Amino acid sequence: MNDITKDLLKQISEWDGSFQGAYNIRENGQCAGRMSSKNIQIESKKDQPGLEIFIAPNTKGETVSIPACVTHGDVDDLVYNDFYVGENADVTIVAGCGIHTETGEPARHNGIHRFFLAKNSKVKYLEKHIGTGHGTGLRSIDPVTTAELEENAVLEMDTAQIGGVDKTIRKTEAVLGAGARLLIRERILTEKEQTAVTDFKVEMNGDNSGVDLISRSVAKDNSHQSYHSVIIGNAKCTGHSECDAIISENGQVDAAPELHARNNDAALIHEAAIGKIAGEQILKLMTLGLSEHDAEATIIDGFLS
Amino acid sequence: MLRLENICWNTPDGVGILNDLNLTVPDGKLVVITGPNGGGKTTLAKIIAGLYQQDSGKIYLDDQDITSLDITERAKLGISFAFQQPVRFKGITVKKLLELSAGEQISEDKMCDILSKVGLCAREYINREVNATLSGGEIKRIEIATVIARHSKLSVFDEPEAGIDLWSFTNLIHTFEEMRRNMNGTIIIISHQERILQIADEIAVVADGKIKSSGSTNTMMDKLLGGSEKTAKCSKQEELF
Repeated sequence: MNDITKDLLKQISEWDGSFQGAYNIRENGQCAGRMSSKNIQIESKKDQPGLEIFIAPNTKGETVSIPACVTHGDVDDLVYNDFYVGENADVTIVAGCGIHTETGEPARHNGIHRFFLAKNSKVKYLEKHIGTGHGTGLRSIDPVTTAELEENAVLEMDTAQIGGVDKTIRKTEAVLGAGARLLIRERILTEKEQTAVTDFKVEMNGDNSGVDLISRSVAKDNSHQSYHSVIIGNAKCTGHSECDAIISENGQVDAAPELHARNNDAALIHEAAIGKIAGEQILKLMTLGLSEHDAEATIIDGFLS
Repeated sequence: MLRLENICWNTPDGVGILNDLNLTVPDGKLVVITGPNGGGKTTLAKIIAGLYQQDSGKIYLDDQDITSLDITERAKLGISFAFQQPVRFKGITVKKLLELSAGEQISEDKMCDILSKVGLCAREYINREVNATLSGGEIKRIEIATVIARHSKLSVFDEPEAGIDLWSFTNLIHTFEEMRRNMNGTIIIISHQERILQIADEIAVVADGKIKSSGSTNTMMDKLLGGSEKTAKCSKQEELF
């Protein structure tokens, strides 16, 4: 594992020289370290690059980390990771990605994650993306996530793109069974000429299922973000999507939440708000002694926290 | 000591709000500035904090000319300001806002102490975001708490009673009394409320962009309730203007 990977790991995960629990570190398309635990088995896929992660039923309180790092240009990493979460398991999955380039050549990571949550299982999924380095090569991360939640399963996704990624296309699709809950909290910061596209599609097929999708984004400089969500209620269910965006300088944000009620007992709500930082917010923080620049940074940090 | 000399301020379309206003606020006093709506009270408060820049005139804090200082520089000199209509912040917690106010990390006990002064139970609030989930009264009390947390040389409160229920209002009076007892700083309150006027050391009446009259509370309350500064008497809970 090289020093750039170590630095990226610190930024995208809880890595402090080692991981708690099972892990697999991916570095420039290769395995740079792996450990399974008694309850969490990590195996290489036979037919394509990536992993199969098996979490035993009733596993409680364990964490599995599967960070991926690209440390130089001219890398186009594609990985397929499947997570099989057993009944009644309650675990945390950490799956950040960092890409670094010091050259003019592009660096890309494309992680395709599939989650299969068995009945009554619960997963907290943490994903941080970052781009670093002084190279002019395009840094892109294009995650694709699909999830199937069986009866009463709960998937809580906390995803963040915290800077330095020039281009991202993020696609997330989920299908929910009876009583299943999906909570997604996404935060994206773009600046300079960066672009970000996020696309969500959630189908609620079981009674009493629910989704809560909250996206907060900040588009600075000349960056552009596009948010699109589709929530489909095919049963008695609740759905909520919220897209809040701050724009500054010439930043642009498009928001297009869609709701489709296909059942009389589906209750669906969407909210979208885009605007610059309110001047009164900056003034208030200045009365506390912050400079205008620090006030704006504090507001953005809080908004994306 | 705060001293304002010959302050004039016009709206961008030329309407005169403050017209050659002069005011001196002694150290360690609680001064209430009152007067009819539209008389220039809030404008005056915002000029003191640097939120508005006067068109002419001078402002001195402890004989230092702060006329050209901006909001941040005045805050660093020890001027605090509680907004009449506080703003909300998505993602910033009550704890974070109070720590920004204090300029340092604050223990949970200290947080409790500050929030209890404005009638809030800290443990229920410190991790809540200062956003739309808080009621108007809660957000107002948190705004006042941000000023208390700063222990400022000069604290300016713009109509702190607005949006606060009766129970909290009584606590607010106690809070200002305690601030006066325990802090070395000066307090300026913009208010119409008789109960707030009664706890002042001095009262100044602003009308038509000037200080119409000022003096000790006893003298001024007689004038205000006696009708020389107001045409009709008010009952105790009523606003004087």
